[in-house]
Amino acid sequence: MAKRKAKVQKTECVSCGTCVKVCPVGAISIKKGLFADVAQNCVGCGKCAKACPASVISIEEVLV
Amino acid sequence: MKKKKWYDYLWIVSATYLILGFFNILFAWLGLLCFCIPLLIAIFGGDKLYCNRFCGRGQLFDLVGNKLHLSRKKDIPAFLRKKWFRYAFLAFFMIMFFNMLFLTWQVAAGGTTLKEVVTLLWTFKLPWQWANPQANISPWMVQFAYGFYSVMLTSTVLGLVTMALFKPRSWCVYCPMGTMTQCICSIKHKNENVAE
Repeated sequence: MAKRKAKVQKTECVSCGTCVKVCPVGAISIKKGLFADVAQNCVGCGKCAKACPASVISIEEVLV
Repeated sequence: MKKKKWYDYLWIVSATYLILGFFNILFAWLGLLCFCIPLLIAIFGGDKLYCNRFCGRGQLFDLVGNKLHLSRKKDIPAFLRKKWFRYAFLAFFMIMFFNMLFLTWQVAAGGTTLKEVVTLLWTFKLPWQWANPQANISPWMVQFAYGFYSVMLTSTVLGLVTMALFKPRSWCVYCPMGTMTQCICSIKHKNENVAE
């Protein structure tokens, strides 16, 4: 089954936390000030991708 | 909707800070908190909790851009988020900052007199003499306040421009404090295996 999930381009993430604030399910956290990390409970809504000021988040289809 | 916490209102502090500078320039000294707190959090906590939670400036751009619809919400040009650009901007910012400290030192040493101007975008000198409290305070302390307020106002203006052109919090992408704290975090966690 395919599922939509946010994917962060970690090397260019600025760790600002904008995505953490907009995520409706609390699936994103900033890992050690280095990059945003998306947990399994991501529903792929795309709010983070829209809000990300660096535009380094995309929504991708993943197989589960 | 998530429940708002006390720190979600820190944008009020940031806005108040900018307004106070119009009345008494000495309030600019309080801006040192925005320099020290993120660094201390990064050095001792090893994360960017300041950016993530407490940065009133980020919240302010977020509000103005989203709630007041003053942002085009377009993607930022990719080069602005590249490491080389972020570090180059940090370096430029630091050079200008030390330039400001040098002027403060010159005033302290009596080499030059106090300049009652706020320098916007490192170029435009705005007359700002009304905000000088004319109290019995060392001129260098007033000079530093003018210099520091110039830094804060300049970065706010830059942030507002990129907020309008790109996403609301575009400033965060090239914010020198953010670059510096992220750099500290990467040094701190250099030898750790950060889980993917």
